[in-house]
Amino acid sequence: MERDFTARGNHDMGGLTAGEINKNEHDYALWEKRVDAIMMLLTNDLKIMTVDQLRKGIEALPPDAYDKMTYYERWISSITNGLVEAGVISTEELRSRMAKVSSEPLREKES
Amino acid sequence: MTETSDHEHLHQYDPGHEHPLQADQDDSITYFKVMEAAVRNLLIEKKLITAEQIREKIEQMDARVPANGAKIIAKSWVDLEFKRKLLANPRKAIAEFGHDIGPLHLIVLENTEKVHNVVVCTLCSCYPRWILGLPPDWYKSREYRSRVVREPREVLQEFGTNISLDREVRVHDSTADMRYLVLPMRPKGSEGMTEDELVPLIGRDAMIGVTEVTV
Repeated sequence: MERDFTARGNHDMGGLTAGEINKNEHDYALWEKRVDAIMMLLTNDLKIMTVDQLRKGIEALPPDAYDKMTYYERWISSITNGLVEAGVISTEELRSRMAKVSSEPLREKES
Repeated sequence: MTETSDHEHLHQYDPGHEHPLQADQDDSITYFKVMEAAVRNLLIEKKLITAEQIREKIEQMDARVPANGAKIIAKSWVDLEFKRKLLANPRKAIAEFGHDIGPLHLIVLENTEKVHNVVVCTLCSCYPRWILGLPPDWYKSREYRSRVVREPREVLQEFGTNISLDREVRVHDSTADMRYLVLPMRPKGSEGMTEDELVPLIGRDAMIGVTEVTV
């Protein structure tokens, strides 16, 4: 099926109908704060990425992925895409490093 | 989101248990947590960032709490000259509190007997985070983002806030470059209170505009 270019993006939800607001909150996990910190360093300190690039990467996610992923999962996926696009890291480097990290014991508590 | 930083229940686990701990999402390994660790390690290895810088950023993040905003609001309630400055030039006024908003713009929205303001970011999650900290989950939810611009009074009611029909409700949609802070009305019954006594009354949700301040 051809894409409908006149349809609004999945992220563009203002004014749509939706259910009751879930007011439960979670404390941000350390890994989520690290994603945020990486983004701040890339934008404010290194100027390798912009907030608009982050947003564009998030908005480009397929609707089902966007809805299924948590907030900082969207962020890290967009950041990673941005870094690959900018040539800062290669997909091969990423693939092998992710395999290495997965094979290691819990690293959550480090740093 | 169901994540929690509460590790209490880990103590229920048998220390000799062979399986990795999966019950608490904070301690489980997910694809995107692996991605974060991999990207962070690569950036550190390439000497673009350091682990120390990450720690510093997280410390700064943790220091940004709604009480910072509450101090600004309390001062504007007791010092009319400051309130005038806060509304006219928010950047300059909050700089007095040591907050630097960088290249972004901030607008302070004053609630009155005639107008109640509420803030959203329909497209994502933009928020005055250097004053209030990271936004609550519901602020980023599909339900809040979709509905508050369509039926704000109903949404406010879900937060226990009833705005009488003779007051206008204005909804402000944030952007990456333009953030909003609500200046709530000083509650009746707080006339004799000092600035320091007022601060604890002023919660995060009142500065987003989904609640009002009460004594």
